[in-house]
Amino acid sequence: MNQMSDKKIFEVPLYAYERSPDQDAEAPVRHKAVVIGAGPIGLGAAIDLAQQGVEVVVLDDNDKVSFGSRAVCYAKRSLEILDRLGCGREMVEKGVKWNLGKVFFDERKVYEFNLLPETGHDFPAFINLQQYYLEQYLVDRVREMQDAGARIEIRGLNKVLRVADKGDHVDLLVDTPDGEYPVQAEWLIACDGAMSPTRSMMGLDFVGRVFEDNFLIADVVMEADFPTERWFWFDPPFNRGQSALLHKQPDGVWRIDLQLGWDIDKDEEKKPENVIPRLKAMLGEDVKFELEWVSIYTFQCRRMEKFRHNRVIFAGDAAHQVSPFGARGANSGLQDTDNLAWKLKLVMEGTAPESLLDSYDAERIHGADENILNSSRSTDFITPKSEMSRILRDAVLDLSEHYEFARPLVNSGRLSMPCTYDGSPLNTPDALPGGPSRSRPGSPCADAPLGEVYLLPRLGGRFTLLTIGAEAPESLSVDGLEVDRLAVEATPDIRARYLGEAESAVYLIRPDQHVAARWPSYDAGAVEAALNRAIGKE
Amino acid sequence: MSTLTLSPNIPGADDFYAELLAAHEGLTNAESDALNARLVLVLANHIGDRAVLSEALQAAMLKEEETA
Ligand SMILES: Cc1cc2nc3c(=O)[nH]c(=O)nc-3n(C[C@H](O)[C@H](O)[C@H](O)COP(=O)(O)OP(=O)(O)OC[C@H]3O[C@@H](n4cnc5c(N)ncnc54)[C@H](O)[C@@H]3O)c2cc1C
Repeated sequence: MNQMSDKKIFEVPLYAYERSPDQDAEAPVRHKAVVIGAGPIGLGAAIDLAQQGVEVVVLDDNDKVSFGSRAVCYAKRSLEILDRLGCGREMVEKGVKWNLGKVFFDERKVYEFNLLPETGHDFPAFINLQQYYLEQYLVDRVREMQDAGARIEIRGLNKVLRVADKGDHVDLLVDTPDGEYPVQAEWLIACDGAMSPTRSMMGLDFVGRVFEDNFLIADVVMEADFPTERWFWFDPPFNRGQSALLHKQPDGVWRIDLQLGWDIDKDEEKKPENVIPRLKAMLGEDVKFELEWVSIYTFQCRRMEKFRHNRVIFAGDAAHQVSPFGARGANSGLQDTDNLAWKLKLVMEGTAPESLLDSYDAERIHGADENILNSSRSTDFITPKSEMSRILRDAVLDLSEHYEFARPLVNSGRLSMPCTYDGSPLNTPDALPGGPSRSRPGSPCADAPLGEVYLLPRLGGRFTLLTIGAEAPESLSVDGLEVDRLAVEATPDIRARYLGEAESAVYLIRPDQHVAARWPSYDAGAVEAALNRAIGKE
Repeated sequence: MSTLTLSPNIPGADDFYAELLAAHEGLTNAESDALNARLVLVLANHIGDRAVLSEALQAAMLKEEETA
């Protein structure tokens, strides 16, 4: 196997520049939706819109997938969203599934854990996969949709230079190898990453906290018999006073994170002659490996005050940034587009009032704050900020070796869980006495087996009335909004996840598979009111 | 809801106090700090009641309860 001498996937243009007719048009061409950025979030947003029939153009200043790997760990909710977008299966097939982890402190292994994922789900709890594969699958999906006639386009080497909100549309100026051209968007989705030029062009703030620390992130190719487990070290002999992480990806690639501290020379530390001895100390002198990619990061937790600015809507890292402990960046960005695309479509076609888009702000800011909170706490545990926080941290680790009680306190990253939109203006108050809390209004639907198939692939993309042991019309239409019924049997999994103590239930499920409302039985008036509320008409 | 006990509650208080001191005997400051930290965590887990733990933190900070 000699994959290192071949061109790496992130070195080959995936959406090469082609001249667009827009560049020769006499007047600026106006598109329904323009997305800035062909990262995972921009591509996800574009596919979601195009699947609903919305014409969309993606502009990216690059023409390749993400350089190096970056995100490696994807949570079940992301896989479910990607499945709705048409590439969840590829992810699972290629990805590494894992449930086991080990925690080391100093020279000892202090404990092991098994995530013990709940059974009865189509998708695994987590997979590890290089970010460039995710982007590759998304681009493949775009090509497949184009072949089927969908109006979705990716324009490589199209750098956005100027953005101006004109009230009922947005003017853009784009630079290409053939020079600049103007273009217009009815709606602009800015997915241009943590450094978001769109944000700067609009003079918008991005405030939060910088963690005064540096991490060396390396992907190495090695044939070693480390098991498929997540290994995390606190204060190991090979990286004194700091932390380290080892995690497996497909193709014999391993992700290594080494904390380096604050006062370092980044350019020096990145040089192979400095990186390789560090990795040898960690992996053992005899282990043969090759460096695929190395980078040094300082992490931050911050977000925009508002994600929606009239016709310009921010999503992904452009809107919020977290430290990677807990794998929340791409995972939360995909929840952004999941939340946004159906709302934008309903607003565009006039079915829902424009104010529906403000619920994107309310719900996803709630999500971003949850992620920032979790990832700040992990960072504080991993890199204690004071003498006493280090003493307490070490006490937790020492105790965890001997007593089970201390293990939940060990925080090497709380893995991303989907956000429940408690308190969202789109929710109708819970009206299912005895219903399980995990499916209360605002929750993402939990998957469950339906015989040979699964529940989630049958939900989403439209409003659904999920009925369990309750009568309801097969379909209904409220002011042009179509709702289909899905009747399922009360199997033990459905009972546990959707009925609880109740005998029967009717759930109104949003296009993003979140619960809008629930009742014990069907009532036309109540469903209509809940539907109106769920599309921002109240 | 249970509340934090702030009235005398340890039978043989002098014995307990002596045992606490004995546990620290001969330790360096760093070792004693570590022992105290472990002890706090063990006791906190035993209590387990979030409200009581918050009250205990307030009490340890010598914050007078709001009487208004
Ligand atoms: C070391 C590391 C590990 C990580 N691990 C995980 C993990 O395990 N799980 C997880 O979920 N997340 C993880 N993340 C976070 C994840 O990589 C990001 O959250 C994710 O890439 C964000 O996607 P995005 O599409 O919002 O932005 P990006 O991927 O940054 O994409 C932005 C795009 O916009 C383009 N662009 C920028 N400016 C312009 C312009 N002016 N005109 C046109 N195009 C422009 C860029 O070329 C780029 O393609 C990790 C990140 C790092 C750094």
